[in-house]
Amino acid sequence: MNAHAPLPPAPAEGCGVSVRQERGQRAVFCGLTGIVWLHRKIQDAFFLVVGSRTCAHLIQSAAGVMIFAEPRFATAIIDERDLAGLADMNEELDRVVSRLIERRPDIRLLFLVGSCPSEVIKLDLSRAASRLTRRLGPGVRVLNYSGSGIETTFTQGEDACLAALVPEMPREAPNAPPALLLVGALADVVEDQFLRLFADLGVGPVHVLPARRADALPPVGPNTTYLLAQPFLADTARALESRGATRLAAPFPLGVEGTTGWLKAAADAFLVPQARFSAVTAPGIARAEQALAPHRARLAGKRVFFFPDSQLEVPLARFLAREMGMAIAEVGTPYLHRAHLADELALLPAATRVVEGQSLDAQMDRARAARPDLTVCGLGLANPFEAEGLATKWSIELLFTPIQGYDQAGDLAELFARPLLRRARLEV
Amino acid sequence: MQLTLWTYEGPPHIGAMRVATAMRGLHYVLHAPQGDTYADLLFTMIERRDARPPVTYTTFQARDLGADTAEIFKTACAEAYDRFRPEAMIVGASCTAELIQDDPGGLARALGLPIPVIPLELPAYQKKENWGASETFYRLVRALSGPAPAAGAPRRGAEGRRPLCNILGPTALGFRHRDDVTEITGLLGRLGIGVNVVAPLGASPADLARLGAADFNVVLYPEIARAAAQHLQRTFGQPMVETVPIGFSATTRFVEEVAALACVDPAPVLDEHGSRLPWYTRSVDSTYLTGKRVFIFGDATHALAAARVARSELGFAVVGLGTYTREFAREVRTEAALHGVEALITDDYLDVEAAIQAANPELVLGTQMERHVAKRLGLPCAVISAPVHVQDFPARTSPQMGFEGANVLFDTLVHPLMMGLEEHLLGMFHEDREFHDGAAPSHLGPRARVPEPVNTVTVAAPAAGISWAAEAEKELRKIPFFVRGKARANTERFARERDLALITIETLYDAKAHFGR
Repeated sequence: MNAHAPLPPAPAEGCGVSVRQERGQRAVFCGLTGIVWLHRKIQDAFFLVVGSRTCAHLIQSAAGVMIFAEPRFATAIIDERDLAGLADMNEELDRVVSRLIERRPDIRLLFLVGSCPSEVIKLDLSRAASRLTRRLGPGVRVLNYSGSGIETTFTQGEDACLAALVPEMPREAPNAPPALLLVGALADVVEDQFLRLFADLGVGPVHVLPARRADALPPVGPNTTYLLAQPFLADTARALESRGATRLAAPFPLGVEGTTGWLKAAADAFLVPQARFSAVTAPGIARAEQALAPHRARLAGKRVFFFPDSQLEVPLARFLAREMGMAIAEVGTPYLHRAHLADELALLPAATRVVEGQSLDAQMDRARAARPDLTVCGLGLANPFEAEGLATKWSIELLFTPIQGYDQAGDLAELFARPLLRRARLEV
Repeated sequence: MQLTLWTYEGPPHIGAMRVATAMRGLHYVLHAPQGDTYADLLFTMIERRDARPPVTYTTFQARDLGADTAEIFKTACAEAYDRFRPEAMIVGASCTAELIQDDPGGLARALGLPIPVIPLELPAYQKKENWGASETFYRLVRALSGPAPAAGAPRRGAEGRRPLCNILGPTALGFRHRDDVTEITGLLGRLGIGVNVVAPLGASPADLARLGAADFNVVLYPEIARAAAQHLQRTFGQPMVETVPIGFSATTRFVEEVAALACVDPAPVLDEHGSRLPWYTRSVDSTYLTGKRVFIFGDATHALAAARVARSELGFAVVGLGTYTREFAREVRTEAALHGVEALITDDYLDVEAAIQAANPELVLGTQMERHVAKRLGLPCAVISAPVHVQDFPARTSPQMGFEGANVLFDTLVHPLMMGLEEHLLGMFHEDREFHDGAAPSHLGPRARVPEPVNTVTVAAPAAGISWAAEAEKELRKIPFFVRGKARANTERFARERDLALITIETLYDAKAHFGR
């Protein structure tokens, strides 16, 4: 996974940003957590984690309120019989999958999701997936990826899942016209907005990965250019490139500047005249500016400190600094893909401190010393920091809220303004 | 391998965390992969604690596996000691670390820290959360409560001072533990009994060293504290009270037992108990509760208590009783037999779902998981046991135990039901557009009561070879919704036993006469 990915040779230069690496205790989610949104995005897919009770407990705790609906995920819990070799793990897995398919005949795509225990005992889920595909095909396809904590951090689970889908994408026709592929799970409403904008620009055909249904995977090939909608898709990008697709370098579509830069990258690749680009984007930009203004009043001049969580931290810091006038105390990120984030790093204010990785207690000490006006951190830290008097924005919400594009720019700013507004409002 | 949609308990290291987080001055170093820190938010979010749990995780990653994970553990342990300066430390492994076998206990010992370091062996692939909490608490008590007094040494008795007891069992993330402790402490205080140590909740390692000074132990949550209390009984000769004071009668029994142990008079407390349950449940408004069919599932302590309260204090009929606590299966089986049902001992959510469906209850008392089932089946439900979510760590005082707990239970168990008059009117008039079978109890809002299609659970094919005449089917719909399922099942059983191929209106009423309601 990303941890093993060779870093691109030339890190972003000239941006005046200091990037430091830190190691130690990490308070982050594992990649299994991605299931929480992926199972809603891909409507006919089911996610079967092969792991321990801890894995089952994690997803059910993370799934929070969703747990009243019948979810499309479950855990095959490895027990002592499996470990002692009293039961053949592959037979056991086949049995569990059969019971599952019986219960959920609507499943078309089954992901076997690797976990720390299954990785450590080296259970070969890719062989199991191809064996089960042979047995259950053509009605059900079985794929595998790893969402283990030892290999993936939070959003990298989505990366691993999408990367597993890439080999399944149909081959683009040899004489296919240039096509654009948007990569990364977006809220349906955001996806629809972007598709409308690209249609107005005359860019097309445009496909999305992941598609809403597993049997509607878009084609890919040398005539495909792709735009990453999320910053955490290193493996997916590599897999797409191995199928001949080309990445369009761009900032990420957060805020006005990011969204314009992101759309512009595609517009340029598809030779859209500047006049048309301006005409199509102008209404969105105007609406976004209008929506951002009231939040800017609350956020400008405030200092923000990011703990590492999702890899969204760098683009979010860029947005808050450049469009909301905030000062950046520190940007923590679990991994920094220097090539994919080159445009973002270039836009960060000079001398911004970016920290890749984490040593939890040391970072908490730095946050306490910096006394930022807003601390962006996970739910394990948020209430303890609040009790110490630091205002926090819990970071997971940034994955569970539509935040990309012009028409969500105001909502994005509001997410950061809300804790400050609330503090100002409460009299107890 | 076991297919698990929802799990009733976390892995055993979560139980250890619950003990560590409950205490003060104790730190837990947990050998675990990156990501296992999700457990922090159980405490910071669900229980809304205002500080990080006292847990240091090694959070190793794949690249560390080739190198020295044992060294990572030692570093984490040493740094945790330097930073937090705890009075004592527990060390252990999570499920993944158990596989790589780094021996946290041995590694921590090698550091030679100047405090007690207690290693935990928690087999993550066999045991679960409550066992983990119990084992951790037992290990702590064994290590810290001191050796047995020398033979012939006089027991520190109650001479010249008021009787003292320890309250054992409450932890972090325990269902209503906070308010149960307050309630029971108050009750003991009114009896003239002092509380020596409450543990693990709020206790420090130094407090555990004082456990021996009490005259007896009160075990509020046997799942967590029975093992420790048995150790104290063996070591210090402290008797234990294991009657769990949930419900009016159980609280009365509890008061009598502790009073007997402490040689005090229970009468003043029992006369002035202050519970409204006995009167509320006798008031005529409660008559319609008689014989309501209730299904109960939860941890053993709460399921057993709820079954007794439901039957003898609210007049319900218990039509299903079960627990996910295998350690207490025998007690639950015995209790179930008293209600004429077979106990359901399982941690398989799908089994519980099937059992609830088969029992056709009018009310489900269970955990957060039973709320899923009840919602799917359109049944009223109240939560009586962990696992629970954030709404069951309320701001208001809401014990389950003691006389105030009985008040809380009365309200909680009755609230989800349709109120009496509304229920009568629904039985009489079926065509009201606003108040009809499909509507929820009107005080609970406009939620549709139509069950989702149950295509995902395998149920026995409904009465193969028997069909319902259209008129009979229509008549069946005139029966109030909350007993309709039972009426349908009874009628089909009646027809099957008599080899009737077609159920008519007559059959429906014959069956009704045969079975009663």
